Amino acid sequence: MSLRRLSPHQPESFAFNAQSKAEVDKWIAKFPQGRQASAVIAALWIGQEQEGWVTKPMIEEVAKLLSMPYIRVLEVATFYTMFALEPVGDRLVQVCTTTPCWLRGSDDIVAACKKHIAPTPHTVSADGKFSWMEVECLGACVNAPMMQIGKDFYEDLDGPTTEKILDAFRRGETPKPGPQNYGRVSSEPAGGALTLKDPQLFKGGYSRKSPGAES
Amino acid sequence: MLSDKDRIFTNLYGFEDPGLKGAMARGAWDGTKQILEMGIDKIIDEMKKSGLRGRGGAGFPTGLKWSFMPKEVKERPHYLVVNADESEPGTCKDRDILRNDPHTLIEGCLIASFAMRAHAAYIYVRGEFIREREALQRAIDEAYAAKLVGKDNIHGYPFDIYMHHGAGAYICGEETALLESLEGKKGQPRLKPPFPANSGVWGCPTTVNNVESIAVAPTILRRGASWFASIGRPNNTGTKVFCISGHVNKPCNVEEEMGIPLRELIEKHAGGVRGGWDNLLAIIPGGASVPLIPKSICDDVLMDFDSLKNVQSGLGTAAVIVMDKSTDIVKAITRLSYFYKHESCGQCTPCREGTGWMWRVMKRMTVGDSHPAEIDLLQEVTKEVEGHTICALGDAAAWPIQGLIRHFRPELERRMAARKVAAE
Repeated sequence: MSLRRLSPHQPESFAFNAQSKAEVDKWIAKFPQGRQASAVIAALWIGQEQEGWVTKPMIEEVAKLLSMPYIRVLEVATFYTMFALEPVGDRLVQVCTTTPCWLRGSDDIVAACKKHIAPTPHTVSADGKFSWMEVECLGACVNAPMMQIGKDFYEDLDGPTTEKILDAFRRGETPKPGPQNYGRVSSEPAGGALTLKDPQLFKGGYSRKSPGAES
Repeated sequence: MLSDKDRIFTNLYGFEDPGLKGAMARGAWDGTKQILEMGIDKIIDEMKKSGLRGRGGAGFPTGLKWSFMPKEVKERPHYLVVNADESEPGTCKDRDILRNDPHTLIEGCLIASFAMRAHAAYIYVRGEFIREREALQRAIDEAYAAKLVGKDNIHGYPFDIYMHHGAGAYICGEETALLESLEGKKGQPRLKPPFPANSGVWGCPTTVNNVESIAVAPTILRRGASWFASIGRPNNTGTKVFCISGHVNKPCNVEEEMGIPLRELIEKHAGGVRGGWDNLLAIIPGGASVPLIPKSICDDVLMDFDSLKNVQSGLGTAAVIVMDKSTDIVKAITRLSYFYKHESCGQCTPCREGTGWMWRVMKRMTVGDSHPAEIDLLQEVTKEVEGHTICALGDAAAWPIQGLIRHFRPELERRMAARKVAAE
């Protein structure tokens, strides 16, 4: 288990802005009537997108909005590790260090973060722009090592590439996500796909139920 | 080697258009109405005959699972829930389906829901897959716009499909924890029975299937159970997306035939082990939870459920993690122990306390700070955790350590001896 508690420093209040509120309403509509509690993860996520982290007044507001007891929402906020319970840098850098990434050199990615952001995780960098943390498997193991910055995965990294990416963010650029080395597009082997080359696959495929239905 | 014409995920790498137009050109949504017209019994019968076993790790026969849903819909509606909470270390196959071939999944959801008398499906995507859930939502929107799904769709079976997401909890990949999470709670697994087919999400009959299991269904029904069953070996049929990571020259995902020899899989598709096959130390063949196998077993083992079970490991999610001779094997497994400690939901004492205990001992053993008798104690504790918890996370934490002790006990003892010598 990971022990997670709310930050001792909390803002006075929280309110969803109009756009966030509309998003939350869309989520509530996905579930049968009376099951609006199912939208709790989405609502907290939308709140975090708006504020940068999950605050106590936000938890109270979500509880009110979804007619849930405060403790139930608090449980969710502390259980799920993607909810930041204290302020993070504008860019949260999450480095995967689980075995598949570690085997391919995630130690170098961590070292780059220590050098370019802060010597310790969960620490906002001197310029306020970044913080970093180690996370568990992010599910891009054939493109290891990798890190997530904001919504995007940066894959097939090494130390120098990581430093370059962080530098680019620092200059206000958004580097292209995805594989950074070996000329890869996604999860295909480096040097080009060895399968899925038959052109018929893309002209109707081989699995027709009704041959000629398209023509 | 499987030929391209027998591959189901023809846009696995995302080179082509993942949208509806591209998907249809690749054969998706073709004759879906005719499939539904086969009727529930025929669809389930075909799924059973295909021999498809669940692709999420446990390998339970998919057709049989579908048949567990009540035969009549009473006051409680039925639901299909798709497990896209892909978090098993080494596994990244569902990600490719979500972002590159989402229409295979959406069509599968319609067919599977029809076969289970469900009119709604929820796809639970892991929280970190933000771009992937955006891609899935785009595909769902397209399917609604083209009236392929929705209350009034061209297939004549009212059906709604929703994208849902988590927020970073490995345990939500366990089906009952996923249902708890979908209900807006902490993801802590439920005791079974009652099984989800009787009482699942919101107390309603529910079936939870892995993304890949659902996404292969339309092609199986189009091409016939006998086509799917002709690939692979008896009881281990069909195609499977393998994820090959770690110390190989070209890590990749690839859809291959079940039962392909492990060595052939690595050498044909992943450019071989770094430094050659003889430089191989060990492989974790099915995602972090399954015990590792040393090179001597890797030499000729086949990649399917039964073959890997026979060597005391498992196919799991078919995530092949390769480790060459440069690997600190104890550290590699210790890192997995930390993973399970971090991801334990804290509900059952043997797992909550045991995962932390096992990790701390493993950490000492990495540097040889232990004595040989403690290996037996560690083994015993893994046995106390295994099978004594509500869900399989306890087992998953125990197995990698058991695999290490089974095959690398001399290495553990060597480190202890070396440390003792150094101290003297």
